[in-house]
Amino acid sequence: MNIHEYQAKAILRKFGVPVPDGHVCYNGASAREWAKRLGPGPWVVKAQIHAGGRGKGGGVKLARTPDEVRDIARGMLGMTLRTHQTGPEGKVVTRILVENGCSIARELYVSLLVDRSTSKVTVMASTEGGMDIEEVAAETPEKIFKEVVDPLVGLTLFQCRNLAFSLGLDGKLLPKAAKMLEALYTTFVQCDCSLLEINPLVVTAENELLALDAKFGFDDNAMFRHLQIGDMRDYDEEDPNEVEASQHDLSYVSLTGNIGCLVNGAGLAMATMDIIKFSGGEPANFLDVGGGATIERVTEAFKIILSDPNVKGIFVNIFGGIMKCDVIATGVIEAAKQVSLQVPLVVRLEGTNVEKGKQLLAESGLNIVAADGMADGAHKIVQAVAAC
Amino acid sequence: MAILIDKNTKVITQGITGATGLFHAQGARDYGTQMVGGVTPGKGGTTIDGFPVFNTVREAVEKTGATASVIYVPPPFAADSIMEAVDAGLDLVCCITEGIPVLDMVKVKQYMQGKKTRLIGPNCPGVITPGQCKIGIMPGYIHKPGKVGVVSRSGTLTYEAVWQLTGYGLGQSTCVGIGGDPVNGTSHVDCLRMFEEDPETEAVIMIGEIGGNSEEEGARFVKEHMTKPVAAYIAGVTAPPGKRMGHAGAIISGGKGTATEKVAVLRECGISVAESPADMAQALLKVYKP
Repeated sequence: MNIHEYQAKAILRKFGVPVPDGHVCYNGASAREWAKRLGPGPWVVKAQIHAGGRGKGGGVKLARTPDEVRDIARGMLGMTLRTHQTGPEGKVVTRILVENGCSIARELYVSLLVDRSTSKVTVMASTEGGMDIEEVAAETPEKIFKEVVDPLVGLTLFQCRNLAFSLGLDGKLLPKAAKMLEALYTTFVQCDCSLLEINPLVVTAENELLALDAKFGFDDNAMFRHLQIGDMRDYDEEDPNEVEASQHDLSYVSLTGNIGCLVNGAGLAMATMDIIKFSGGEPANFLDVGGGATIERVTEAFKIILSDPNVKGIFVNIFGGIMKCDVIATGVIEAAKQVSLQVPLVVRLEGTNVEKGKQLLAESGLNIVAADGMADGAHKIVQAVAAC
Repeated sequence: MAILIDKNTKVITQGITGATGLFHAQGARDYGTQMVGGVTPGKGGTTIDGFPVFNTVREAVEKTGATASVIYVPPPFAADSIMEAVDAGLDLVCCITEGIPVLDMVKVKQYMQGKKTRLIGPNCPGVITPGQCKIGIMPGYIHKPGKVGVVSRSGTLTYEAVWQLTGYGLGQSTCVGIGGDPVNGTSHVDCLRMFEEDPETEAVIMIGEIGGNSEEEGARFVKEHMTKPVAAYIAGVTAPPGKRMGHAGAIISGGKGTATEKVAVLRECGISVAESPADMAQALLKVYKP
């Protein structure tokens, strides 16, 4: 799950990480009023969408007067912002952040993440703030500094100092930097983050540290203990089909092809997409119905797949282990009837009660093509869609 | 003895009075596994379908002599259950539970340092030594006793591989599902090492997916330390970056962990990689003559 920048900054503020004063606004008039309350100016007006690269797309602008804040806000609200992360269709801006500007002396980078190879939280820092950190890592890895955290001890003071010195934050900035890094680690752990990135972290002309932009990623598995963070979810920022699928405990990711997939198990679902591609087709989605799929869930899965107008055929690939093939077959038949299926449907069943399942499909009177094995299934659906 | 488990392994089920725990405990018992009891705090002293229930893992181990446990406890409490099993000194713990918070697992991994317990999973189908012992949720009947080891991050994709092997008459020594989470107990390398040392395993299929670098580490291990033939398949060639593909660990982040990149490393290390998931057994037969 992702959140907006203004929400991220509210969380950081709560944990004692210094951020610029600002407020989220939904129209030009309130933007002007908030600018007056926030400070003497100048202000920065920032479009709130879940994508990076906003500055280049015209989503971050500087204003010298409250009237200018209002005018920029009016221009930004309702505009479609295109960045390298939004794709060509862009995202519509419905809210903006008005924030006090600051004079920047240096731009740095700090992030925290769970490192899979050490199974520990790693704090990464770099002197190259404001840059794409993956580029920095590839081209000048010596400019990236890391501290691995013992989860039973937490980020220690000496580790904070190591990082601060590496970033050239000494003198009066040293205790401030250490305090801020501790606060970032506390935020990361207390909020069950998967990623927390401050880019840039700035040193101001007044020698203060400020988190100028913040990106959070949260561990979906831990959201049960963070209801308030869950409430920050902005469904408008997500694919509507993916939102609908998540309401039914289906794992769904929309893709750009035209062959819908319905599979049990995440690995097999990915493999099914791959074999469609391997057979010359293009998958329209990833969909894992899970181990305990019921008729209702299979029906919902069909509806979600078919609500994608690109879908020209569906491939059902089930390896029934614990799940019985006759139950799945009944679900597929029910679903196909309920949604009055118009596109070709290829079903591959394997596992427990497979003969019974195949028989049910054959006797259903529906136009269902049975497949022997996933290669045969993929081949048949690619052919059927090509013939359409 | 294949690896990890055999016909002598005694197993308890943590979370045995839940519907899932009981269902799979029964399934494992039917398969022939020595399922000797279970744990549900607060229900100790009762029995359920013939299984004695204990309040604590420690007590269950004392009374039954179990050396392994399988966990079906809900995600908020599963990390604690793993640590309880580790504390009780079990040799093997298979955590089937999906959805454990990553930071809980980070603590569990640290807690396990220096302890003897091996953790399989979480978010995995479990472990099976065909014909001897089944711990987990995999359908027993698709397996056949034999000499091919299987290690995988995915459940149903493992069944697919096993089904192909069985179809070619190739039995399995042991099949291990290491799970789809970013932080887990046992890696591809751990399993490859065990298979290499196991006299009953002649060849290995390694199944991976996008995200992390467990497969690459496995491949380097194969190149440097393995004498037995290895085939592999990596799922997710068509997966888009930045999207979690079902499994918490199946995500391409920062351009890293793509299937293409993994396949290239595996090939460099001399592993026979199946292009299509339908060809996993065939890929093995290219390098292994049974």
